[in-house]
Amino acid sequence: MSLEGLPKPENLHIDFEAPQTDWMETPTTFRSGTFSFPAAPKNIKYMGMANPREWSPTEEDWKLPDNWRQIILDGLKERLEKFRSFRLFMDICVRCGACADKCHFFLGGGDPKNMPVLRAELLRSVYRKDYTLAGKILGRMVGARDLDLKVLKEWFYYFYQCTECRRCSLYCPYGIDTAEITMIGRELLNLVGLNINWVQEPVANCFRTGNHLGIPPHGLIDMWEFCVDDIENVTGIRVDLPVNRKGAEILMVTPSGDYFADPGTYTFMGYLMLFHELGLDYTWSTYASEGGNFGLFTSHETIKRLNAKIYAEAKRLGVKWILGGECGHMWRVIHQYMDTMNGPADFLEVPKSPFTGTVFENARSSKMVHITEFTSDLIKHGKLNLDPSRNDKVIATYHDSCNTARAAGLLDEPRYVIKAVCNNFYEMPENTIREETFCCGGGAGLGNDENIEMRMRGGFPRANAVNYVRDEHGVNRLLCMCAIDRATLTALMHYWAPDVEVGGIHELVANALIMKGEDERKTDLRGEPLPGMEDMEEEEDV
Amino acid sequence: MNPWYSVLISLFIVIGLVLIALIGVGSIGLNSLFGVYIPYVAFAVFIIGFIWRVVEWARAPVPFKIPTTGGQGKSLPWMKHEKLDSPFTTGQVIVRMLLEVFLFRSLFRNVKGELRGGPRLTFASSKWLWLFGILFHYSFLTIVLRHLRFFTEPVPQWVQLISSLDGFFEILVPTFFLTDAAFLLAATLLFLRRVVIPQVRYISLPNDYFPLLLILGIGISGILMRQVFHVDLEKVKELAIGLAAFSPTVPKELGSVFYVHLFLVSVLAAYIPWSKIMHAAGVFMSPTRNMANNNRAVRHINPWNYPVKVHTYEEYEDDFRAKMKEVGLPVDKE
Repeated sequence: MSLEGLPKPENLHIDFEAPQTDWMETPTTFRSGTFSFPAAPKNIKYMGMANPREWSPTEEDWKLPDNWRQIILDGLKERLEKFRSFRLFMDICVRCGACADKCHFFLGGGDPKNMPVLRAELLRSVYRKDYTLAGKILGRMVGARDLDLKVLKEWFYYFYQCTECRRCSLYCPYGIDTAEITMIGRELLNLVGLNINWVQEPVANCFRTGNHLGIPPHGLIDMWEFCVDDIENVTGIRVDLPVNRKGAEILMVTPSGDYFADPGTYTFMGYLMLFHELGLDYTWSTYASEGGNFGLFTSHETIKRLNAKIYAEAKRLGVKWILGGECGHMWRVIHQYMDTMNGPADFLEVPKSPFTGTVFENARSSKMVHITEFTSDLIKHGKLNLDPSRNDKVIATYHDSCNTARAAGLLDEPRYVIKAVCNNFYEMPENTIREETFCCGGGAGLGNDENIEMRMRGGFPRANAVNYVRDEHGVNRLLCMCAIDRATLTALMHYWAPDVEVGGIHELVANALIMKGEDERKTDLRGEPLPGMEDMEEEEDV
Repeated sequence: MNPWYSVLISLFIVIGLVLIALIGVGSIGLNSLFGVYIPYVAFAVFIIGFIWRVVEWARAPVPFKIPTTGGQGKSLPWMKHEKLDSPFTTGQVIVRMLLEVFLFRSLFRNVKGELRGGPRLTFASSKWLWLFGILFHYSFLTIVLRHLRFFTEPVPQWVQLISSLDGFFEILVPTFFLTDAAFLLAATLLFLRRVVIPQVRYISLPNDYFPLLLILGIGISGILMRQVFHVDLEKVKELAIGLAAFSPTVPKELGSVFYVHLFLVSVLAAYIPWSKIMHAAGVFMSPTRNMANNNRAVRHINPWNYPVKVHTYEEYEDDFRAKMKEVGLPVDKE
């Protein structure tokens, strides 16, 4: 990530003033720092998707198929017939504007086309022209316009400037969901090969190797064993690392961000320590080594193609149920799509905690449980020996991921776990948390380096709330349960709130977890001395 | 489209409609056309169009269960479940929908974000739109219900009750209805809001101004005929009952302003099915609101779910078998 080209936060210009020109007349400019680079041809080709080629949004010629317009219009028609949501959302918006200042990209940038209502109008205008009588006859008078190259380029810019966070849909009196519109907008763009590499490469990688980063099975073993070594350094215990083990009771699936880079790795180590201490009969999988699903940012078909691995692997390994790690958009897919797309998972059993006997009724059909549901149940039943004072240096606040908040309602499980393992916890202001949470600015595949200005702008409302609790309560740790957050919020804090670190929940669980036979802990998982251990650290250094 | 142009063009259309009625009845004497035929056609278009649109939506399947969750979902038994915002059962969904439809609950959440120096954002609850909306919709509803007294003989007691409550203060003769004032006020505020708030002005189309101005025209013409021109309400009732019984007779001397009112109502009725006013029906069908957040407990069926090309474990193992064996990972095929 490079923040160098950006103005200092206090100089970042934000202006809510609408341009002089009508939005249909306002041209789209591809300004460096505000858009994502196109997908490399090999990544499109690997997935067998349309129009792989080298191209650039800043060039005039986007190298589209000759009949691109027909392809898009046919695709639009097909989706109007397949999705009631889409058809309804095209028809019933009254443009009341309640959504306008709910979008983080609008709040951080002021571009009116980032008001959810206008983002949807980009597509609605074309729909009206081709599918409504008034639009056919009256055109611009009723907000209808032809689909031309200018419109297509505008779609590409703005549908890859929405993180599908659904915040607007919460406030909409009709529940119009821009995520739905953006998802279908992107699906249409994909039909003519307009996609971004930061989405398409993880998609292709995940299809081939099972994870977004393209790590082959032997590479995974290296990375995971590295974490086992680190845990041994901190605790003196060498934890189990069961991988691709048939007959285990539980399959654990987590986003690859958890084991790829700091600070996700600490959360990954947290899972390993927790499961070892419990003596959980479980396994990791190299084939299903990704909980995340960038298909969600591509097309419904791609979601299904990537998600299929999880049930397939659960079946092959003969597990009873599935446990899922800390991730945001992964849980949108697991919670709202997986069972419908790739179920029924009738070869699995209704999840039941082997330690507390709790039956997870809310996962009765999909058979997949969220790690904070699992852990909060353990804590509630007193199954973990915890010393929260080990986290006393951490003054924490918690960022709800958009998807776990607004597409699953997983709000209190993480808070319950955090409060049990950390003594200092402060909520951000109420309009910025829980179901009203703000996006990190880099979800839905937009967390790439080239899009850095838009990310910092989009993350501004979130950072603004973090700054508030930092100034009020001295918060120094922004907790989250999302792998994308852990990457993007780190950059965001670097820009807006430099003294706040980012981390996961199970990192703090593992810090607080008193393990049987462990050495006296001197440091936390990050290698920082525990409270009261600073001196010993120095002595050892001598 | 330039916002002022959008306002003006909508205003001209409404004025044009008024003139059409005035000339049609006042100068040419097409009383039957404006009193009988146009209302019948408009009403037919409304009914058929409305059903058409709803059927069109209903025909599109709901492939995925995608509620927007506004609170804690049902999870562990000891965790407090927000039944209204994250409904788990159909009953809870119905309550969520009722509150949405009757109290505009999502709009009630509205929070205004304000940008300050620094830059810094502050958020404050903002209920104006909700208030204008509630006022507008409920006074509209009351007025529509009050009008039933023209179509019924004897007038049902509950309609009489609404009328007498509505005219409780007995100001002016004939009694001025409170909802008439509330209605004009709310419609005016909604209109002003659209023109004054820059962001809302920027997104507004003639399709937004036209229905508001048309509705304002209906309200104003209604009040004028009652309070100023003192149209003979007995004769209005004679026409209305005739229309409802499909044996209309057109009374003489009804007054042009009545025909203006009726014509604008007819235009509105015929316009509704093709306009954003269909949100009235659409809100009931919105998948983010009318589905339960019980996704992992109750499987939702996608009627067009189709098989897709996946990368199977066998293909994966074929790609990496040697390396897997090297690091001691079990393989299915040696």
